[in-house]
Order: sequence, then structure tokens, then C-alpha cells
Amino acid sequence: MSERSTPAKLAPTRTPAFEARLKKRYAAEMRFKYAGMSAVLVSVAVLLFLLVSMATDGIAGFQRAELRVPVDFSATSLSINPSLAENAQIRSLEGQGLPDIVAFAAQQALGEEAANELNSEAWRTVASAIAADPAVMSGKRDFWLPASEDLASALSGDGKAALQPLAQQLAANGKLDERFDPGFMLRSDATDPQLAGIWGALKGSILTMVVTLALAFPIGVLAALYLEEYAPKNRWTEIIEVSINNLAAVPSIIFGLLGLAVFLTLFPNFRSAPIIGGMTLALMTMPVIVISGRNAIKAVPPSIRDGALAIGASRIQVVFDHVLPLALPGILTGTIIGMARALGETAPLLLIGMRAFVSTPPGGFTDNATVLPMQIFLWSDEIDRGFVERTSAAIIVLLAFLLLMNGLAIYLRNRFEKRW
Amino acid sequence: MGTATFLLLVIGLGLAWWLVARGRAWGFQRSNPGRRMAALPSQHGWFVAIWTVAPMLLVLAVWGSLAAPLVEQSVLQSPAAADLPAFGMQREAILGEARAVASGRADAVFQPTAGALVEPYRSAQLTANLVGFALLLIAGLIGGGLAFLRVKPDFRARSHVERFMMGVLLLASMVAILTTLGIFGSLVFETARFFGMVSPLDFLFGTQWNPDPMSNAATPDGSRYGAIPLFWGTIFIGAIIAMVVAIPLGLLSAIYLTQYAPPRLRSWVKPLLEMLAGVPTVVYGYFAALTVAPAIRDAALAMGMSNASSESALAAGLVMGVMIIPFVSSMADDSIAAVPQAMRDGSLALGATTNETIRKVLVPAALPGIVAGVMLAVSRAIGETMIVVMAASTAASLTANPLEAMTTVTVQIVALLTGEGSFDHPATLAAFALGFVLFLVTLALNFIALRVVKRFREAYE
Repeated sequence: MSERSTPAKLAPTRTPAFEARLKKRYAAEMRFKYAGMSAVLVSVAVLLFLLVSMATDGIAGFQRAELRVPVDFSATSLSINPSLAENAQIRSLEGQGLPDIVAFAAQQALGEEAANELNSEAWRTVASAIAADPAVMSGKRDFWLPASEDLASALSGDGKAALQPLAQQLAANGKLDERFDPGFMLRSDATDPQLAGIWGALKGSILTMVVTLALAFPIGVLAALYLEEYAPKNRWTEIIEVSINNLAAVPSIIFGLLGLAVFLTLFPNFRSAPIIGGMTLALMTMPVIVISGRNAIKAVPPSIRDGALAIGASRIQVVFDHVLPLALPGILTGTIIGMARALGETAPLLLIGMRAFVSTPPGGFTDNATVLPMQIFLWSDEIDRGFVERTSAAIIVLLAFLLLMNGLAIYLRNRFEKRW
Repeated sequence: MGTATFLLLVIGLGLAWWLVARGRAWGFQRSNPGRRMAALPSQHGWFVAIWTVAPMLLVLAVWGSLAAPLVEQSVLQSPAAADLPAFGMQREAILGEARAVASGRADAVFQPTAGALVEPYRSAQLTANLVGFALLLIAGLIGGGLAFLRVKPDFRARSHVERFMMGVLLLASMVAILTTLGIFGSLVFETARFFGMVSPLDFLFGTQWNPDPMSNAATPDGSRYGAIPLFWGTIFIGAIIAMVVAIPLGLLSAIYLTQYAPPRLRSWVKPLLEMLAGVPTVVYGYFAALTVAPAIRDAALAMGMSNASSESALAAGLVMGVMIIPFVSSMADDSIAAVPQAMRDGSLALGATTNETIRKVLVPAALPGIVAGVMLAVSRAIGETMIVVMAASTAASLTANPLEAMTTVTVQIVALLTGEGSFDHPATLAAFALGFVLFLVTLALNFIALRVVKRFREAYE
């Protein structure tokens, strides 16, 4: 006993060899910790690199090269009929020679060579301005009009070498500039990156998502209610459960094959229409909603059901008046996450042919349409520098929508979900 | 007058009947206050509304599928249709243009032949819409009327409505089975057609993949449909390169975040990692094709490798690995969390460091779960499409050099089905055979993984 109290022999096992081993073990501990930390860092760094590179390219995609052209309307005799629709007004202005007036004004202000590099559709900007406010026609006004594709790439330092001095000279005089282009959100696909916009694809996405939601949400919620509240424990129920779990794991491209083989055989006229795309995506989203819905329904405590049953409610009333309202926030969270996934999905839509060049926004569920991720895919095939920037800008729009939806899901979860 | 009008009619008539029937039920109650009704007034309302809406929807579905062909037929019989080309793309284009103008989607026609057809189209469509409207109205009135006659004080409306609801619920859950059957059926059907033209042995064991959609469909050349290079490319990109990235990064991230990181850091970093899974694959594909692939090719060229491709398997695999990180890490996270706390405490109490506890106790105990997570990740990676479509090649090659171009099953499915091939050609049908293989492999992987996870959970409960 007394030996133990002497400090030298307090720990007879702490030999030099032990100390060395301990040091090694602690070093290994540190190494392991740093390995873990660097794994996290690498993953986060890749994410940030991805986002930052999209953002820097994408900001340029929201801009376009524009030429400043003062147009003097006092010498012209344009007239419009304000009661017509905007499209008809623009067509009537075209008939009255507005394109020539704009081209002439550009020649006067910029010189022959630069005026040739004015975009052939530049007069439309002027026409829209007139349609919006006929008072424009009474005097002289400066317009920023889109430059040609060639001049735009010359301004950013590539493209035709012959145009680069002209671009630099115009830019130095303040006549050519990269300007913010709000029309990017309002126009549709075009072969010229200067004129391309995202609205057509965005509207296609919205229409497709409406179809998906209208099908997947009711079916998913009802299926979840059935499986969780009513289904007897038998073979049928087991088959339903197995097939839902399998569907959740099937690669999305397989749903594209299904859509191609079944939906397009049934409705060959609706190739590349939002209704077919939405139906295909609904089949893909439905299992996600069922699975998250079942979890939300399972979380409602049995005492709620017992209480309602005890005061005489029928089994349908218990579920629809009591369980469903309480589970709804959880179900909605799952639905939004499923919808966000459907919004970013491309592969199945590629197979069912939603890859058309759509230069006018779709008017309804049965019109030809494309969707946002598909527009990104189509633009990414273009070699033009202008399209590279437009693609990144489209990606920013898509990511912004996804972030918004996920943020909404998180908000719903935090705000309404009850912990029992 | 479009689908929206019809749907409005259905909803409006349903609502009207609901109100009328509920009013009548209220009337019974009021005229005989002492007596208890067999069902609530609103349940009577629902009963009648269901009997109104269901027949109307049935009529709408039948009419909706019949109307378009009938309209087209009547237009083709009009005198203006005599100028149409007999068949082919142009005929379709002219008809499509006339249809678009007639329904107000376009303002003007480009082809003069189409202009003559606009009027016949418009009148035929108007007739069709009027007939449809009338049929719908009749269906709603008869259905709702018959149901309304049954509204009596002792009528058990509730049990009828609830039986209907149960039917709807069952039907909704049947959609999953129908979808599974639809996938299975269409894949099996088309694959069988493909194997009728090309021997399955050629397909599964051949080493040359070079389908020619323009070749004569009657005499398919089986030696062009050897899918081994595709399977190899898929495994090499999805199961080897991607996993070399995703397993260490995902596993170490999960371990660090659960065992070492302070809670505040964890609450920030975990959502960031999950964001990696939320980025659409088309964005990853763009990133791989535009940023990663050129960088890898340049690096390889700088190191003196002359055969580096700008569509290298490495670029697609690396980016896919990054996409998979959150799957691996969340599965590893779950399975480590499922190991009982007592095992961890015991190891620490014996004097093991955290690192030793993790490596010698937690990870071995959680291994089944981790392996299952990796299997799920692999099934996800081999079914991934957009990254490889954008960053990998369409040329099949059987090589183990990650810098060379390689193709995958999903790339070929897309390439074969977005081409110009007809539906009877083996090159198009081969896509379904590839899809069938993909479907079976991912299902098997998932099935085994879920089994393993279940066993593993039970072991610790």
C-alpha cells in the first residue's frame, strides 16, 4: 500500500515505451480528426466553387451588349392604334417602316460599320417602347439597343478579331456597353444569345409542375392515408408497400421510358406538352409524397384517433377531420421537397421529347413546351460564348427557385410541425 | 371554350347539387324536429355531389379522347382538305398550323393551304364543344337527379359516401402498383421485341457496341449490339470512380460531424452538405462538361499523356462522386447513430481514444448499414443520367484508362431514343433492353440494401 503512495511508482505502467505509444495514439487521433475535417472542407469547398463559378458566369448572362442609338421621331410619320393588342401594334409599326428608321438612326449616330452590327431585331425594343408609351414618338429619344452576336462576343474579347477594335472604340465612346437585360426573364428561346430569354422555359416548368402537383399530391396523400390508417395487414397491402418503396428507388430515366412507351402511345399528339411531362414526373414524385406523408401521419398520436372515435366519429371522419389536418404540415414539407426534385429533373423529359426549340411561351397544358433544366441542357450544347453565360444565368434562376422551395419547406417544418 | 370551361361546369353543377340536396335534407329535419335523421345534411349533399361529378368526369374523359379525332375527320372531309398532301410531315404541319390558329394559339398562318382549313377547323371544334357541353350537362343532371330522389330522412347517405371514399383511397394506393406494372410491362414487352431481333447472348456478352439506326431493320446485325462496354463504362464511372470520391469523403464527413464537430458547426455544415444532393443533376453535368473535363484534359496533357479525352470517364465520375457524398454521409450518419451508446461508452471507458473507438467499435458495428448505404449510392450513381449525358462520351470503349472517353447505359438510352430511329428498329428497342437491365440491377441493389439495413436494425433492438 505504502509503495503506491510514492510518486515515482504512482503509475508503474507508464514506461517510456508506453509514453511513446501514447504519443503515437494521440497523433493518430489528431490525424484522424483532421482527415475528417478536411473531408468536410473539401465537400463544402466543391459546393462553394460550383456556386461561385455559376454566379460569376451567370451575372454576365443577365447582361447583354447594347448600343446607344438616339432615334429622332420628329421627321417620321408613325402612327399607332392604341386599342390594338401589343403584338398587333408592333406588327403595324414594322409595316410602317420602323426597322428602317432605326437602322437609319443607327447609321447617323454610330457610322456605317457599327450600324451593321446592330441586332436585326433591335427595332423591336423601340417598337415595344412606343407601344408602352405613344408619347415617345413625338420627339427624340436615346435607346439602348441590342448589338449583334458578333459585336457582343468582340466586346467580351473573343469572336471575330476584325470586330474587336470597333468594339473597343465604341465602348470607349460610351456607345457600347454591357447592360443589365431585364428582358432575359421575359423572352423565350432564340438562336441568337443576345435575344434569348428564359420565360418560355420557366412557364413550361410552371405548367408542368402544376400538372405534377395536381396528380401527385392527391394520389400520394390518399395512398398514404389508406396505407397508414385503413389498410388491412394482408398480401395486397404488402405488394402496395413494396412497389411504392421500389418506385422511390427506380432511376428517373426509367420513368422516361415508361412515359415514352405508355403516355406517348396513348396521346401521340401531345409530344413535348406539359401535360405528358407533368404526368411522367407525377409518377416519379408520388412515392416521395407517400413515404413522407406516411411518416407525418404516423407521428400523429393515437390518442387523437381514440378521442374522436370515442365521441362517435366514423373512421372516415376520424381521418379526414382530425388526423389529416394535424399531419398536413409534414405532408406539405415532403410534397415541396418532392416537387423541388421534379423541378430539377431532366432525364425523363429528355426521353419523352420535351426538348423542342420553343420560341414562344406555351399557352396551355397541351402546347409544345420545354422546361428550365431542359433549356439549360439545350443551351449547354451551344458553343457560343453568349450562350455559356446565358446557361449560367438560367442555372441561377433554377437554383433560386429550388432554394425558395426548400426554404419554404424548412419554414413550414419549423413553424407548423408539432412534436407530440 | 376549352377544358377549363368543362371543368368549371363539372364543379359548378356538383356544387349546385350539393347545395340543393343539403337544403332538402335540412328541410326534412326542420319539418320533423323530433326525429333523428340517418345522416347529416351535408352528407346527403356529398352523396348527390358524388353522383353528379363522377358520371360527368367519365363523360369528359370519353369525350375528351374522342373529340380530337372526330374533329380532324370532319375537317378532312371538308372541300378545303382536298389540297392537302396525302401523308407525311408537311400534312401534319399544315393541320397543326390550322389547329393552332383555330384555337387561338397563333395569330396567322404561314402556309396558304392551312389558311383554308382554319374555318372548317373552327366550326368543327365549335360543334364538338357544344355537343360535349350538352352531353356533360345531361350526365350531371341525370346522375345528380337520380341520387337526389334517394335523399330521404332515413336514407343512410353517410355509409354510401364513406364506402365511396374508401374506394377512392384504395384506388389511389393502387396507382403505385399500376405504375410498377406499367414500367415492368413496357420494359419487358419492348425488350422481348428486341430479343426477337437480336440474340440475348449477343447483347449480354458481346464486346462491340455500335448500333446503326439507319441500317435495315429486317436484318439486324447482332454483333453490333454487344453491351459489355456499356456495362463496364457504367460500373467504372458510377461504381468505381464515383465511389472512390464519395466513400472516403462521405464517411469521413459523417464521422467528423457526428463525433468531433461542435453542435454549432454541425448545424451549419449539415444543411450545406445536403445542398449538394439538392443541386439538379443538369447543373452538375454542365459543371462537369464545362469546368472539370477541360481542366482534367489540360492537366493530363501537361503531364505528357497524349490520349486524354475531353469527355473522359474521370470528369463524369468525379462530379458524380461529389453528388453522391450526401447520400453516403447521411446513411453512414444513421447507421453510426444506431449503434448503442453503451458500446461506445464501454470502449471509451477502457481507455481507447475517440479515433480507436470509431475505427475498432463504431464502424465495425455499423458496417452493415454503411455497406447498405454504399449500395444505395451505387444504384443511384449507375442510374444517373444527366451528368454522363453531358460529360461522358457516346462512343463505347472497353478500357481501364480513366482519361479515355467511355459511355454508360444511360447515355446510350438517351442517345438511341432521341435520335431519328423508328420504334420498330432494334437500335431503338435496344434502349428498352438497356433500361430493363438498369431497372433490374437497381432493384436488386436496393432490395439487398434494405434487407441488410433491416437485419442490422433488428440486431440492436
